[in-house]
Amino acid sequence: MANKVNLTIDGINVAVDEGKTILEAARSLNIHIPTLCYHEDLCVAGNCRVCVVEQEKVKTLPASCAMPVSEGMVIHTNSMKVRLARKHIVELLLSEHNADCTKCYKNGNCELQGLASQMLTGDHMFLDLVPDKKYTIDMFNSAIIKDDSRCIRCQRCVRTCEELQSVSALGVAHKGDKMKISTFFEHSLLEVVCTNCGQCVNRCPTGALIERNYIDQVWDAIYDPNKHVVVQTAPAVRIALGEALGMPSGKIVTGRMVAALKRLGFNAVLDTDFTADLTIIEEGHELLTRLKKALVDKDPSIALPMATSCSPGWIKFIEHTFPEFLPNLSTCKSPQQMFGALAKTYYAQKRKLDPKNIVSVSIMPCTAKKFEANRPEMRSSGYKDVDFVLTTRELGIMIKQAGLEFEALPEEKFDSFMGVSSGAAVIFGSTGGVMEAALRTAYEIVTGREVPFDGLNITPVRGTEGEVREASVLIERTVPAWNFLEGVELKCVVANGLAHAKTVMQNVRDGKANYHFIEIMACPGGCLGGGGQPIPTNPEIRAKRKEAIYAEDMGMSIRKSHENPEVAALYTEFLEKPLGHKSHELLHTHYTPRKRY
Amino acid sequence: MSDQSLKRVDLIFGEYSNVKYKILADTLARTNDAILKDILDSGLRGRGGAGFPTAMKWKYTAETTSEEKYVICNADEGEPGTFKDREILLRVPRKVFSGMAICGKVIGSKKGYMYLRGEYRFMLNDLNRELDIYHEHAKKLGFDFTIEIRLGSGAYICGEESALFESMEGGRGEPRNKPPYPTTSGFMKKPTVINNVETFVNVMMIMRLGPDQYKKLGTTDSRGSKVFSVSGDTPIPGIYELELGMPLDRFVDEFGDGDTKAVQVGGASGFCVPRKKFKDTVIGFEGVPTGGSMMIFNSSRSMYNVLHNYLEFFQEESCGQCTPCRVGCQQLLKGIVAVKKGEKKAAYLDQLMKLSESMKITAKCGLGQSVANSFSSIVNNFKEEMIY
Repeated sequence: MANKVNLTIDGINVAVDEGKTILEAARSLNIHIPTLCYHEDLCVAGNCRVCVVEQEKVKTLPASCAMPVSEGMVIHTNSMKVRLARKHIVELLLSEHNADCTKCYKNGNCELQGLASQMLTGDHMFLDLVPDKKYTIDMFNSAIIKDDSRCIRCQRCVRTCEELQSVSALGVAHKGDKMKISTFFEHSLLEVVCTNCGQCVNRCPTGALIERNYIDQVWDAIYDPNKHVVVQTAPAVRIALGEALGMPSGKIVTGRMVAALKRLGFNAVLDTDFTADLTIIEEGHELLTRLKKALVDKDPSIALPMATSCSPGWIKFIEHTFPEFLPNLSTCKSPQQMFGALAKTYYAQKRKLDPKNIVSVSIMPCTAKKFEANRPEMRSSGYKDVDFVLTTRELGIMIKQAGLEFEALPEEKFDSFMGVSSGAAVIFGSTGGVMEAALRTAYEIVTGREVPFDGLNITPVRGTEGEVREASVLIERTVPAWNFLEGVELKCVVANGLAHAKTVMQNVRDGKANYHFIEIMACPGGCLGGGGQPIPTNPEIRAKRKEAIYAEDMGMSIRKSHENPEVAALYTEFLEKPLGHKSHELLHTHYTPRKRY
Repeated sequence: MSDQSLKRVDLIFGEYSNVKYKILADTLARTNDAILKDILDSGLRGRGGAGFPTAMKWKYTAETTSEEKYVICNADEGEPGTFKDREILLRVPRKVFSGMAICGKVIGSKKGYMYLRGEYRFMLNDLNRELDIYHEHAKKLGFDFTIEIRLGSGAYICGEESALFESMEGGRGEPRNKPPYPTTSGFMKKPTVINNVETFVNVMMIMRLGPDQYKKLGTTDSRGSKVFSVSGDTPIPGIYELELGMPLDRFVDEFGDGDTKAVQVGGASGFCVPRKKFKDTVIGFEGVPTGGSMMIFNSSRSMYNVLHNYLEFFQEESCGQCTPCRVGCQQLLKGIVAVKKGEKKAAYLDQLMKLSESMKITAKCGLGQSVANSFSSIVNNFKEEMIY
C-alpha cells in the first residue's frame, strides 16, 4: 500500500496516496479545479496553467495537475490570487483564439468556451492577437479538419498522436508567438502519416481539430425525392449515441436510434452488424484457407499471421509503418465497405432500384471511415460504395436539428433485409470482439461444435485497454474436412490503440512472437473508443460503453455470425459461397504501401 | 563589505598553479565529505542567476543511489547582455573542466557534458584540445570521468536546465514540470548536477583558497566574487570580476559615463534600476541578483525602446509551451505599443502590470517567471516614457 500524505485543501484536511497530484487530491474532495491541457488518457503536460492553485509559503502558483502532494501542504484552490491568475490565463488564451464561436463546429461543446463563460470574460481584458496571426486551416482531408485559429496549444493532440497512437503525425513547430501544432514540413494531414483515427479530435478541447461533417449533404439526399437513402449503423454507435443526446454513458439505445433514423427520413435503416456477420464468414474462411494452404499445401506465398482489416485507422497505419506486412492483412473489406458494395448491388437488385439513385450513408464511431469511404479501392459496385460517413456525433446533431426528443422515442426495429444481425457482430465494437466472433464461427466450422466457453463468452480474447492480449485455443476432434488442424493450438493476439499495434507488429517482425491471427483496432478500447464517438472520452466512459456492448451481445437471440438467416439468404440468393467469385469482386480488396514521409 | 567600496578581484581568471590540473589532483585525494563541507561552508550559490546553494545540489545528487549520474556544465549563455562565460571558457577552460570533474567525484558520476551555446562553436576546437589534455591527466590520475561537449542550436530557452536536458536528449527544447528536480531526474531521467560555467570555476577557487578565505569576499547572502559583463553607455565596457554585495551607486561611479539614467541588472530577464534607487540597491542575492549582465543606459536612451526590444526578444524566444509566457509576452509588447500610439489609455498599463504579476507566478519555468521583470521594473520607474 502506498504511503499516505496529509495536506489541507481549502481548509479541509485530507490524506491521499503519495505520488498523487494536488488536482487528484482536490477531486477526491469534490473540489473541481478547472483544467484544459490535462486529460485522463494522457501524460501530464502542465502547460496551459489554468489549474494553478495557491500553496502557502510558496511564491509561485503551482499547476495542480503536475504538482505531487507533499506532507503538510496547505493549498487554496479559489483564493483571490488564484482567481485573478486563472482569469488572466483564460483571457490570454482567448486573445490568441479565434473566438467567433457561432461559426465554430464545437460551439456548445468547447472546453474553452465553458471556462470563458464560467469566468465571465465578457469584456475582453487584452488585445485581440488573432488579426495579426497568419493562421491556416487544413481542409484538404476528407476526415479531419485542422483549424489553427482555434488552437490553444495545449498539446493534447500531440500527446495523443505520440503516446496513445505512436503515429506522431502531429508535433510542435516553431517557438514563441509562432509556436504551433503542425505536421511534417507543415504538410496537410492528407499528405502525412496521419491515420485519421480521430483520437486527437476526441481530445481537442476546442474546435481546432474536428471531423469534416457531411450533415448538410445527407439532408440534401434525404430531401431529394429521386434518391433512395439507405443508412447503416455500426455496432459501437448504439451504445454511445445517448451520450451525445444528454444520456449517461453505457446506455444501449439501439431501438431509439433506429426510430430516430426513420424519423429523419432515411428510406431504409439497416445495420452494419449484418455485414459484420458477413465479414466473419468471409474472414473466418479466409483464415482457415490460409492455414490449409500454409500447413497442408506448404505454399510459401501464404502470409501468416493473418491480421484483421476492419479498422481503417489500422489500415492506414500498416500502409505507412509496416508496408511489408500488407499481405498479412485479411483481404476482407471492412463491414462498412461490404455493406456499401452490397447496397448498390444485392440490395438494389432485390429492391429493383437503380443503384445510381441509391445514396448510401453510414453512421460510424470513427473518423477514419470517412477516409476509407473515399478510397479508390472502394468502388467495386461500379459506384462509390459508401457515399457519406457520419460520426456518432454528427448523428447526434441531426437528431437535435430535427427536434426529436431522443429519450422519449419508442424502440423500433431495423428494416429488413440487411438489418438482422447476431451478438457476434455487436461485439465488433469492442477490442477483441472480431476475434471472439471469428472464433465462435471458425471453431464450429472446424469441429462441428460450439466453442468450449461458458455462454459462448470467450473472455480470454476480450481485450483490455492499454494491453496486448494473447490467447490460444486448442483445436480438438475436428470434422474430417479440417482434420489437418487436429491438435493445433490456434494462437491469437488482440491489441487496441496503435501504440500497441506497433508493439505487436514489431514482435512479429522481429520473430519474437508467433501468431496465427491478429486483431487490431486503432482506437483505445476498440470502436467504442473511436474518434467519432461523443466527446468527452476517458477510461471510465469507455468501460461503461464496453459493458453495454457485451450486454447487448448477451441479449441477442442469435449469438453466432453463421446463424444469421439473412447472411445465409445472401449466400443463397447472391454470393453463392464464401470466398466465391462475387465475394472477391465486391467484398475483398488489397491495399498499397505508403511512405512514412 | 564594511567600506562600501567596489573591489576588483582576479581570482576567476588568475593562474592557480604552474602545474596543469594540480588542484584537481590534490582534490581527488580528499574525501567527498571534506570537499562537500568546504563548498557548503563557503556559502557558494549558483552563478547562473537563480542562486541555488551549490553544495545542496551536489549533496542531493550524491545521496541518490542511481548507477548512472551526470554532471552538466550549462554553457548556453544566452541572456542578452551576458558574455562572461565566453570569456571564462576562452581563458580558463581548465578550471571549468576540473570543477566538473570534482563534481563527478563527489556525486559518483562517470560522465560529464558541456552544453555549449551554438554561437560559441568558434571555440569548440580549442575546448576539445583542452579536453584531450584533461582526459590524459584524468587517466594518469586513474580517475574515471570523461567530458563531452554538446552544441546548442540557438534557442534561448535551452539555457533553462530541463529544456537543456530535453535538447540534449534530442527532443524539443521545452522545460519540464518540476518536481522532479534534476538532482533526482535530470539528463536521461538520471540524477544530474547542472551548474553554470562560473559555478564550477568558483568550486576550484574554494578548493584552492579554502572556504574561510573565500568567505571573506562578498556578503552573508552573496559570498565570493562574480564576473560581470558590463555593456551599454559606459566608456569601459567589458568583463570585470567584482566582489558580490556592492551597492549599485558605487558600480555606476566606476563604470557609468556620468550621465547614467538606469542600469538593467541581470539581462533582459532581470530588473531595471533607475538612478534614484542606485544608492539603495545591492548587487547580490539579498538585493538584485544577476547572472552577470549589467547594461548601463544614459539619458539619451528611451526606456520605451529598451523595453520594446526586450519584449520582442521574449516574444520570439519563449518556447511557446505555457500560456502565461507565450501569450503574455505578446500582450505586453502589443500593449505598450498600443499605449504609446494612444490606441489604449494609459490606465491599460495598470492592467498589464497585473498581468505581469500573474505571469511571474504562473509560468511553468524560471524563464517564464522572469520575462515580465523588465516590464514591471521599467514601467514602474519610467511610466511617462511609456505614454509620451
